[in-house]
Amino acid sequence: MKFVVLQFPGSNCDSDCHRAAGEILKQPVRFAWHKDTRIDSDETIIIPGGFSYGDYLRCGAIARFSPIMKSVKEAAARGQKIIGVCNGFQILCEAGLLPGALVRNRKLHFICEHVRLRVETNETVFTSRYQKGQVLNIPIAHGEGCYVAQPDVLADLKANNQIVFRYVDAQGEPSDAANPNGTLENIAGIRNKEGNVLGMMPHPERACEALLGSTDGLPLFQSLLTHSFSLDKQE
Amino acid sequence: MKATVIVTPKKSVLDPQGEAVRKAIHGLGMECVESVRIGRIIELEISGSDLAKTKIRLEEVAKDLLSNPVIEDFTIELK
Amino acid sequence: MSDPAITPELIEKHGITPDEYALIQKILGRDPNFTELGIFSVMWSEHCSYKNSRLELKKFPTTGPKVLVKAGDENAGVIDIGDNMAVAFKIESHNHPSAIEPFQGAATGIGGILRDIFTMGARPVANLNSLRFGPIHGDSEQAKTNRRLLSGVVGGIAHYGNCFGTPTVGGDVYFDPSYNGNPLVNAFSLGLLRHDQIRKGAATGLGNPVFYVGAKTGRDGLAGAAFASRDLTEESKEDRPAVQVGDPFMEKLLLEACLELYEHPEAVVGVQDMGAAGLTCSTCETASRGDSGIEVELDDVPQRETGMTPYEIMLSESQERMLIIVRKGHEATVKKIFEKWDLEAAEIGFVTDTGRCVIKHHGEVVADIPAHPLAADAPLYKREAKEPADLAKRQTLDFENEIPLPSDLQPLLPRLLGAASIASKRWIYRQYDHMVQKNTVICPGSDAAVIRIPTGEGKVKFLSMASDCNGRYCWLDPREGSKVAAAECCRNLTMTGATPIGLTDNLNFGNPHNTEVFWSLRESVEGLSEACRAFDIPVTGGNVSLYNQSPAGSIDPTPVVAVVGVIDEEAHITPSSFRSAGDAILLVGGLGSEMGGSSYLYELHGLKKGLPPRLDLTREIQFQNAVRSLIHQGKVRSAHDLSDGGLAVALAESCFSTGEKGLGAKISIANDTLRNDVLLFNETQGRALLSVKASDIDAALAHFRAQGVEAIQIGSVSGDGRLGLQVGEDVLAWSVSDLEESFENSLPSALDS
Repeated sequence: MKFVVLQFPGSNCDSDCHRAAGEILKQPVRFAWHKDTRIDSDETIIIPGGFSYGDYLRCGAIARFSPIMKSVKEAAARGQKIIGVCNGFQILCEAGLLPGALVRNRKLHFICEHVRLRVETNETVFTSRYQKGQVLNIPIAHGEGCYVAQPDVLADLKANNQIVFRYVDAQGEPSDAANPNGTLENIAGIRNKEGNVLGMMPHPERACEALLGSTDGLPLFQSLLTHSFSLDKQE
Repeated sequence: MKATVIVTPKKSVLDPQGEAVRKAIHGLGMECVESVRIGRIIELEISGSDLAKTKIRLEEVAKDLLSNPVIEDFTIELK
Repeated sequence: MSDPAITPELIEKHGITPDEYALIQKILGRDPNFTELGIFSVMWSEHCSYKNSRLELKKFPTTGPKVLVKAGDENAGVIDIGDNMAVAFKIESHNHPSAIEPFQGAATGIGGILRDIFTMGARPVANLNSLRFGPIHGDSEQAKTNRRLLSGVVGGIAHYGNCFGTPTVGGDVYFDPSYNGNPLVNAFSLGLLRHDQIRKGAATGLGNPVFYVGAKTGRDGLAGAAFASRDLTEESKEDRPAVQVGDPFMEKLLLEACLELYEHPEAVVGVQDMGAAGLTCSTCETASRGDSGIEVELDDVPQRETGMTPYEIMLSESQERMLIIVRKGHEATVKKIFEKWDLEAAEIGFVTDTGRCVIKHHGEVVADIPAHPLAADAPLYKREAKEPADLAKRQTLDFENEIPLPSDLQPLLPRLLGAASIASKRWIYRQYDHMVQKNTVICPGSDAAVIRIPTGEGKVKFLSMASDCNGRYCWLDPREGSKVAAAECCRNLTMTGATPIGLTDNLNFGNPHNTEVFWSLRESVEGLSEACRAFDIPVTGGNVSLYNQSPAGSIDPTPVVAVVGVIDEEAHITPSSFRSAGDAILLVGGLGSEMGGSSYLYELHGLKKGLPPRLDLTREIQFQNAVRSLIHQGKVRSAHDLSDGGLAVALAESCFSTGEKGLGAKISIANDTLRNDVLLFNETQGRALLSVKASDIDAALAHFRAQGVEAIQIGSVSGDGRLGLQVGEDVLAWSVSDLEESFENSLPSALDS
């Protein structure tokens, strides 16, 4: 399965994502510079974390207008799988490929730590290798991870089973104490209605090696390998 | 032409920065301040003289780039 | 607009003494003009020339078989780590700007040290920072100010480091009233590179073009270097323009563009960053190092303000700029790469063979100075050193009679754990991305950070690093306190299984014209040198920050030290927390006895006195080697060294962070020689807590016996979440989660209101 990792000026986790796909998953992977426009129709797209354009104006606000994003939108329409991690999630929301927006953490500080995530649905190409309700140990590292959406958008997300990950406590409950940044209903990651685009604030690529603290991110990448296309065409 | 675009958070969106600043203002003794919202001012110098056309164009740019309509409102002043 | 006349007042305002002015006249063979005066003023400021400390710094051991680039030769020292790989690392301060504008002062400090590393050709892969503030608890104006400074500094470090993309993996933070008004912000960075990737900053090759890359030049921080060389007063708050705004995004672009450029070694002759004294320092130093000359036309320098004078352009400290000496004919390569990253790359001059720095503006020569005397021949001063008159009094402590044995020892441990200097710094390091680049094996909160580094062909090594300095020890006995700083860092590394390979130092002191301050600086350098020679590790470079003094007084002598070590195999990496119930706990290095300068005395009794613990280097090294060799035998489950708060604090810390396992310890120590509080809280050096499998106790004890190092089993790890301590007749017990709460809540309770 071919992967392509986008690189914007200021992307930091591009190499990390490249290594996850290439060294750990042992799949063919390449970088795509933001000024290029080529995305092949059989590539799975990873939009990595970092500070594209220095987070100027708003996180992801400028990156969404890069030439590569036009190709990403076309790929999304074709049903290709796209995962946006952290800044990648912010870019997907700014680009309108996912609903809602990410704003500043409620306590205003950047937070880097391991958190517990609950898999809300395993009926996606990103989470089919998890159990529904499974609790994962995955790190976060962000200053603007608070997801917001209008009530009608939230209702839609729920109706269509689009909430994919929530922050939970040791008891597995989405309590306020387990909410690191004030995010709406402890939401950590969502998918689009069509099911081929995922945005998540936590970093699954940082949870692929036991040496670094957790391998709970690995099944996400393995799920991607299981499905060669969007849900419509899953094996 | 000179344009001033003011971008503010929507009333429905939590503004933690505004909250923090409100508390700090109280700490300085001005406890009558009931709420604080923090936004952005974007000042543009624009060549040309067609005010009407420019305003329309600027509104598109404000909607697409300068603000995020999901969480922000904007006003434009063009002279 | 014409330049001001050179008057005695103007010369003094530039921080130049009449003798120095006479030397300038001699070097030039005439009077300097205004621009030249400014150039000499920054190049010969303390910050750039180390004129007050250089003679002392010569005492540092800087050579060794692994040293590829020596201290002082380039922006950072470089040490070989095997497999044709090397590490470049250094620590630097940004104290004075952080006192005035903590966020940007700290941020630009990070920017500066990062540039020093990637100027050498290395991608920065790990950062540490060493911070000092006045006390942050309480409602006094000073405490509020200290809280504001801490929040600003931490925010600035996070802002810059996170955006740039290098993980901040550790550091140390201490609080003491001597830092009121003079916070310390020392930033360390380490980069990785192949031997053939080492870049130097020399201008060579007649006719080679000189390129300016990065951000445009503005009026930022004019004469910031001169500013750092004067004491902080009320008036210097008006110097706010001396603090620049850093742009980590710009620096990230600069990093990527430079690293891409380095892949074309045929195109690049030399690289130098524009740090303190900006264009002045970078042009003169590269010319001096290259034994050549340089000519620059200021009209070609990208400027973001209009009407800048030559003085302003040469002295500006705008951030995120580099100077690149390009090989003639390869200009297009450079331009193409910088265009890709949307960065300025302007040809501003060329290398000459005249040995002079010639600066032109609008085609006219505005400065013409011999490069070498300017860059390398700043006057060196032998300052007067005098032992403080009250030193003997400081060091006097009659512990038995001055401190009555408390009837209840139980509350003392939670109180010590809640002291800001000992308490958890999680409030701080949570704000740093410590995982980016996916190589952080041991994260902040442990004895030392450990990162993984690829060395090519699928091979990996591990690096361990830590920073430290007990300013209280150094105030009481700077020589011994400095030996302790170096030994403690090495000890932290040893606990992770690493072998130290190099040390970088940041000497933070008060006004060097004060004979007692200078005495303490001299003593510190001698102490550090002695320790480095004993450990056989070179000083790879560092920084001196003087004038950390306000009308209230000087800071404690604070020679911050950062040490880097290598762990060859993954299996050797050792955590500091206990791992399984049933493991045996060993106290290695003896029961100790020294209370002078201890946290017990200071935090619980408000006393800063006594002789700090002695550092017997031979004994310390023997102890560290013995622990390390046992670790390499695979017999050590966890290792944590004893320092502030002694045995009791180390035991508590070893029980923390054990997650759902809820580990504790059951300890029993026979004691008929020491007071119980001394046994629990003394800070005698060269000691550690090790946990080993119960089946390995005999082998471990035999190992230490054979190595000539004291070791006894003092108890076992338990699974009941309680720390039980029987010392002599005293039976003490705490719930680990209660202790952890005191430990974790201290900083948030002060900072989160």
